[in-house]
Amino acid sequence: MIAAYASPLERVWYYAFRIFCGLVLVFLMLPILVIAPLSFNADSFLLYPMSGFSLQWYEEFFTSPAWRQAFMNSCIVSPFATLLAMALGTPAAVGLTRIDFPGKALLTSILISPMVVPVVIVGVATYLVFAPVGLSGSYVGLILVHAALGVPFVVTTVSATLQGFDFNLVRAAASLGANPLTAFFKVTLPLVAPGVISGGLFAFGTSFDEVVVTLFLAGPEQSTLPRQMFAGIRENISPTIAAVATILTVLSTLMLITLEWLRRRGERMRGAGR
Amino acid sequence: MSQLTATLPQGMAAEAAVPLKTQLRRAERMKKLKYGALIAPLVVFLLFTFVWPITALLKRSVDNPEIVAAFPATSGLLRAWDGRSLPSDAVFASFADEMGKTRGTPVFASAAKRLNMELPGFRTLMMKTARAMPPADGQTAREAFVAADERWGDIATWQYLGRNASPTTARYLLASVDRKYDDFGKVVRADDDEAIYVDVLKRTFGMSAVVTIFCLLLGFPLAYLMATQPARIANVLMIFVLLPFWTSILVRVAAWLVLLQSEGLVNQALRAVGLIEKPLQLVFNSTGVYIAMVHILLPFMILPMYSVMKGISPAYVRAAVSLGCPPFQSFWKVYFPQALPGVGAGGLLVFILCMGYYITPALLGSPKEQMASYFVAFYTNQTINWGMAAALSAILFAATLVLYMVYSRLVGRQELAAKAR
Amino acid sequence: MSHTLSKARPIAAALAAMSLLAGTASADVTVISFGGTNQKAQAKAFYEPYAKAAGSKVVPGEYNGEQAKIKAMVEAKNVSWDVVEVESPELARGCEEGLYEKLDYSKIGPKADFVPAAVTECGIGIFVWSTILAYNSDTLKTAPTSWADFWDLKKFPGKRGMRKGAKFTLEFALVADGVKPEEVYKTLGTKAGVERAFKKLDQIKSSIQWWEAGAQPPQLLAAGDVVMTTAYNGRIATAQKEGKTNLKIVWTNNIYDFDLWGIPVGTPKKDEAYKFIAFASKPENQAVFAGEIPYGPTNLKGTALVDKKIVPELPTAPQNMKGAFASNTQFWVEHGEDLEQRFNAWAAK
Repeated sequence: MIAAYASPLERVWYYAFRIFCGLVLVFLMLPILVIAPLSFNADSFLLYPMSGFSLQWYEEFFTSPAWRQAFMNSCIVSPFATLLAMALGTPAAVGLTRIDFPGKALLTSILISPMVVPVVIVGVATYLVFAPVGLSGSYVGLILVHAALGVPFVVTTVSATLQGFDFNLVRAAASLGANPLTAFFKVTLPLVAPGVISGGLFAFGTSFDEVVVTLFLAGPEQSTLPRQMFAGIRENISPTIAAVATILTVLSTLMLITLEWLRRRGERMRGAGR
Repeated sequence: MSQLTATLPQGMAAEAAVPLKTQLRRAERMKKLKYGALIAPLVVFLLFTFVWPITALLKRSVDNPEIVAAFPATSGLLRAWDGRSLPSDAVFASFADEMGKTRGTPVFASAAKRLNMELPGFRTLMMKTARAMPPADGQTAREAFVAADERWGDIATWQYLGRNASPTTARYLLASVDRKYDDFGKVVRADDDEAIYVDVLKRTFGMSAVVTIFCLLLGFPLAYLMATQPARIANVLMIFVLLPFWTSILVRVAAWLVLLQSEGLVNQALRAVGLIEKPLQLVFNSTGVYIAMVHILLPFMILPMYSVMKGISPAYVRAAVSLGCPPFQSFWKVYFPQALPGVGAGGLLVFILCMGYYITPALLGSPKEQMASYFVAFYTNQTINWGMAAALSAILFAATLVLYMVYSRLVGRQELAAKAR
Repeated sequence: MSHTLSKARPIAAALAAMSLLAGTASADVTVISFGGTNQKAQAKAFYEPYAKAAGSKVVPGEYNGEQAKIKAMVEAKNVSWDVVEVESPELARGCEEGLYEKLDYSKIGPKADFVPAAVTECGIGIFVWSTILAYNSDTLKTAPTSWADFWDLKKFPGKRGMRKGAKFTLEFALVADGVKPEEVYKTLGTKAGVERAFKKLDQIKSSIQWWEAGAQPPQLLAAGDVVMTTAYNGRIATAQKEGKTNLKIVWTNNIYDFDLWGIPVGTPKKDEAYKFIAFASKPENQAVFAGEIPYGPTNLKGTALVDKKIVPELPTAPQNMKGAFASNTQFWVEHGEDLEQRFNAWAAK
């Protein structure tokens, strides 16, 4: 709130600042808002103005074998990659927060590095190494690499949650007679779960949006939704892309809402614990 | 830990003979083992899916297997050859023999292709010569070679062959910094029509810097606004930041394509307002790439800054103002230094991620906006020059690694500071 | 390293076994082609009828002609692409390097049924296509008629689209510079000729909008991003059919070439691959293809079956062949890698 006693200069500054932020927000949201209407375009070219209303592009998405297969593939690869990342990342994060050893910083850096190493390098490297062992052009290969790309998000979010986690609570539970398992399930897990799940969501988002590794590693049978979109944007950019984009945006909105809900729940629980 | 504390007293009673120090150390070791076992699966997993492939790729940047594989004996002889005068008859004979044996096989074709890479025309030379092998009756191998093509009488041809007769080479790494071997095996600057990689690396850094600066300029005010608003409003703003963040990169690229093309919304709007008559070229050039990259990376800038700014108590600035410091100065001297770790973390993160970008420039840029990643992909897919792809990867990887180390130290220190607080 | 390797091997083996289990053992054949309308036409002319006739599916995939994946698969002896649409030089080079099977024509059809040039050691021609000059008649009031016009920025201001690659780009540059079509490859074989081509390209470099996929040129023209472009004749023709009648083709000095079917060495479905190729090479199917997208049949009997209305749109129509020249496969086998790398370096500057 601007104070009633603010000078004119302060007022100008106040509004200019807000307008600027507003413009940044418009910049952030504009592309997402602009593509959805085009998915209902009757014309086959992705241009405004629209020539009419039509659901044909959604129909094409749901009936075209290529898109359907791509969607199915994404629904196979991403959940498995996510589960794998969560299963490996969560215990590792617990281990990393509980013990100290020489080279721990280095190890942590390595565990998180899939997040920053250029994906093209990961794509080319895994493709050249996985091909001879029969893992290129297979779901397994794709899932493994996607999991590797998602692991850092699980490790960092779970670690962050554990940072704020008061291990005295576990000790308190133990002193009150809870055995370690009970303590884990009744005390640790509920408090850490939001971190695990949001890490998983990040891993899922990473995999679900991954295209470069898929470009190198996947065969046509494993073509995922982003891979199909990449081909579509480069080759025959059609409003089907817009339809897929709209569906994906709805999906990401749902993920975001889940995440937000988890975060608030986590805050509440921790608040109550204090 | 809980388990340890709970069981320690009994343990002490039972093993009173063992000094406490030893027991504690043992307990500590047990704990390390236990938690270490939790980390181990991930380490093994990443070794297989990540560290091993990348190490193997980096190794490829110095690999030079083709010629040795096709002509092992000749390669051996050429490595021992002094290179001052034409090789001995033994070399000719061995090469004639091995050429005759491998002619028409994929190994031969790969060797010919490899030699053609640096010296165009060598493939034909090899094919032509191989057809003349083995030498006709009464003809020495040397005569057969020179009869097939007189270049075999030229020492430079053999020197070139000799330089490639060892299983490792520095040529790919040299080429990726615009250097090459001359005829005498000395390292010199590459020809102008090949020397582009230093520029490409500069461009990679330059573009990343520009994107980072724009992200900072656009992101800082927004992060500040979010951090200073009441939670209810901040949460709404956060959704505006997170929604694009969660939206598929390809969706956003497609959207920008639609917005920025000649007949796109931006051009239409500008024309309607009367600002322009002819459509501006906004896509398939640097403008389009910058716009989309800033858009994609902006949340990566905002989120770390926001999380740091949220921890800055407004009381400091208020105190400065109440002590008579002008608002801007109090912001600059009191607030900004506290926000700096967030700025640094966000900026470095954006910079690092930007360096590796491939999809966005590939779809929205012209060849002049392509960064190092594009050339890695080009050599991998287009010309199947995996040595070159590996060498460029190595350089990009090294640059990323250095920056990442700076980043993790920075973030690590922040975490330490947070703990101390 | 060897340590990690020895650790990784058993895991890899187990995973490989898993992936084998996951793989389908059916007779479905994976066919990789250049995407877009070309692929759509193939689906209609080849894939769908094949599925009906053979009772097993075609799994379609698309690529832009890069041979890397094929090389990696063949070297790894883990080939999942059964039939691939390849351009001539890539096929010839891959044939030499052992990437493609030497074809057994007894499983495809009598060689005499085909245009002689379409019958090669490792590949059988699918169709003849042309790279032509296309323009948007809404944005260009006077029609360009030659490659020299393509280079004339004064008379025809605006951006031009060209395929991102040395192949055809260098040829057109030389033609625009006054080299006769029949001399193009001789000139390009010399160092001076290459310099000349790049110098000519320098003149319009800043106005070139590069494209990679065949579907892009009609898009670029329709969206007004370029005023004229090099393009595959079939892509422009299908765009015209879709109502973009403002897109026009200039046939002067077009370059034609074959796309061929190749079978990567080591595919476990070689028999199915042959079965598919034989099916797709039948005259009636080739004619259906030409009707979907006007590329010329390679099966001589197929030419006769093509709808008369479409014939003038084919690269093989006599009036279109006038002044046209064939892509020189041998030249591109020899100089392809070198010139592509040089081109890429030049373009990125």
